[in-house]
Amino acid sequence: MSVSKLNKQQFGQFVDAILAAGRKVVGVVAKNDRFVFNTLKSAKDLRLDYDVTILSPRKYVLPQVEPLLTFEVGGDAKSVKQNEPMILLGIHPYDLIAINQMDELFSEGEYDTHYMDRRKNITLVACDVAKASKNVFASSMETAVADKGYDILITDIGDAYLLDAATEKGQALMAYAKGAAAATAEDLKKRNAIQEANKTGLNKHKLNCKPSYLPKLMETAYNHPVWEEKARLCYSCGSCNQVCPTCYCFDVQDRVNWDLKTGTRVRCWDGCLLENFATVAGNHNFRKDRSARFRHRLYRKAKYVPEKIGGQIACVGCGRCVTACTADIANPVTVYNRLMEERTIG
Amino acid sequence: MCECCGNGQKDIYLPQMATITKHRMLNGTEFYMHLELDSGKELGHTPGQFVEVSIAGLGEAPISISSSPTQKGFELVVRNVGSLTKAIHKLTAGQKVGIRGPFGSVYPVELAKGRDLVFICGGIGLVPQRSFIRYVLDNRKDYGKVTVLVGTKCYDMRLFREELAMWQERKDMTLMETVDESHDCWDGNVGVVTTLIPKIESDLPKSLVLVCGPPVMYKFVLMALSEAEAPAKNIYVNLERRMKCGVGKCGHCQINNLYVCQDGPVFRWSDLTAVPEAI
Ligand SMILES: Cc1cc2nc3c(=O)[nH]c(=O)nc-3n(C[C@H](O)[C@H](O)[C@H](O)COP(=O)(O)OP(=O)(O)OC[C@H]3O[C@@H](n4cnc5c(N)ncnc54)[C@H](O)[C@@H]3O)c2cc1C
Ligand code: SF4
Ligand code: SF4
Ligand code: FES
Repeated sequence: MSVSKLNKQQFGQFVDAILAAGRKVVGVVAKNDRFVFNTLKSAKDLRLDYDVTILSPRKYVLPQVEPLLTFEVGGDAKSVKQNEPMILLGIHPYDLIAINQMDELFSEGEYDTHYMDRRKNITLVACDVAKASKNVFASSMETAVADKGYDILITDIGDAYLLDAATEKGQALMAYAKGAAAATAEDLKKRNAIQEANKTGLNKHKLNCKPSYLPKLMETAYNHPVWEEKARLCYSCGSCNQVCPTCYCFDVQDRVNWDLKTGTRVRCWDGCLLENFATVAGNHNFRKDRSARFRHRLYRKAKYVPEKIGGQIACVGCGRCVTACTADIANPVTVYNRLMEERTIG
Repeated sequence: MCECCGNGQKDIYLPQMATITKHRMLNGTEFYMHLELDSGKELGHTPGQFVEVSIAGLGEAPISISSSPTQKGFELVVRNVGSLTKAIHKLTAGQKVGIRGPFGSVYPVELAKGRDLVFICGGIGLVPQRSFIRYVLDNRKDYGKVTVLVGTKCYDMRLFREELAMWQERKDMTLMETVDESHDCWDGNVGVVTTLIPKIESDLPKSLVLVCGPPVMYKFVLMALSEAEAPAKNIYVNLERRMKCGVGKCGHCQINNLYVCQDGPVFRWSDLTAVPEAI
């Protein structure tokens, strides 16, 4: 499908037209000196020049707290649908890839209708990264650009935006774009230059191997001292899980309403670094040591989840965990590089 | 009774209702119940599998199916350890619970045909093993020698006593029981379940051995079995982990890369030798 071009004013009108049509748009907006995904009220709030958002857009595909069932206490239950149509506007390629991975995880094996029904009603409008954040390493993870998985991909080429509508959903949204021109060969060259630059430029931490080597690397790393060394400083706070676009572990809880007669069964985010993630009755904790939990997270990213989704590494290099970790130990690159250097230990 | 969403896909988190038809306490902490699905259908499980039992408002718990699929309805045994299990203990005949499943891997019912079988059960581990034991007894001619080892912490906690007494009487199986602590009313073996392993008469290197018990038990039983030259590929273990979804999504039940809710709870021991979190 063809690539369209909108000048910056036309682009603002495009977004406002979508909003005026009553469509729900979640976009990137400034919050103090940082950025967040939030419900967009006007095109002028949109900040496609952002570096990274505090939380990833995961919360829109997999809400922090999501009703699964409503019930009568002690009685029958009914499925809840939470699948409001929504446009996610301004997702960086690494976050887009994380969502695409999650789509696979929730549809493979047992099909999760709660996730998938919501996801089908979400239009993904991605945008190429305009500014590297302080801890991004998407270039190392080969997630700095995306050539699929989006409905529309936006690239800021200076005086205008290029919009690549790749799906029917994306095409349908383009109906709101007035005055769009077809991108010229010159425009596409500019876009290509930006994407090529991002392929190497979003790299504040450099992974010393191809990401595809990580599953193999992990085969002999299980007893390496790095797990204990790093985890000694870990607070088990779970922040690295919370901010991660690829973490999707959840807890299921029953919440009873004030009437004490009805309630909701919800799923909520959980984190494998939290102390009681693997505790069962009798207070038996199957992952009691911090180092075992720390190791589990990095094994999930580099080996366990990839085994489920055709080898894709479940760290997209957004760098959020690096920023979020008070103990300064969560950076996957530091650990993987260390394992690379000392491949014979462990 | 699967409520379908718009696209015809089933909601994997929606329980179906089942009614309790019989119940009783097996000892001070274990509650037995017999259930039937309100749909009138059978659960359709294979021995080794579990269900998620739900009381709306209190949550869900994975519970092993203790009955054989050769029988009508299904049976569960629940130990009182927390809020949900405590509420289950208060249920009576005619009351309902939600059921999801059956989930998980199964005992090697086909592969076991013609082989000698040795069941090693520690405490509540008898509950899931009973499903396969009863299946074998209902299809007795298909299997070789059947030996059941049951170890219980103390005399008062023994499960399914009448049934064990009946097994004791049967000529076509061997039951050996032990309790960890001696008791005035007990004149049988005293000691942990591993002390019974040398007494097994079946040819251990050729038998299929099925093990289920509390987490601490496995290491010792597997050591004893290895000394008795039972090969890892003939040993099956039934493992427990924290579970939430039961369908391979929530991540709670993982043993390294394996999901106990789908790859387990029944594992072939030879498949776990390179899985350090298993035991
Ligand atoms: C495959 C499988 C089969 C099973 N089969 C059986 C069976 O046949 N019979 C049976 O009785 N049980 C069985 N269990 C165990 C059973 O699922 C648990 O005992 C049950 O889930 C406890 O639920 P509860 O809500 O009553 O306890 P909860 O109220 O959730 O907690 C009970 C105890 O669990 C621990 N715990 C739970 N959650 C946490 C947490 N977040 N942090 C710290 N500690 C926590 C605590 O020690 C607490 O006291 C099985 C488990 C599995 C995985
Ligand atoms: S953010 Fe850092 S301190 Fe907190 S759980 Fe993760 S690794 Fe540990
Ligand atoms: S592990 Fe860290 S860098 Fe990798 S995707 Fe998760 S938050 Fe981003
Ligand atoms: S119980 Fe949720 S993944 Fe196994």
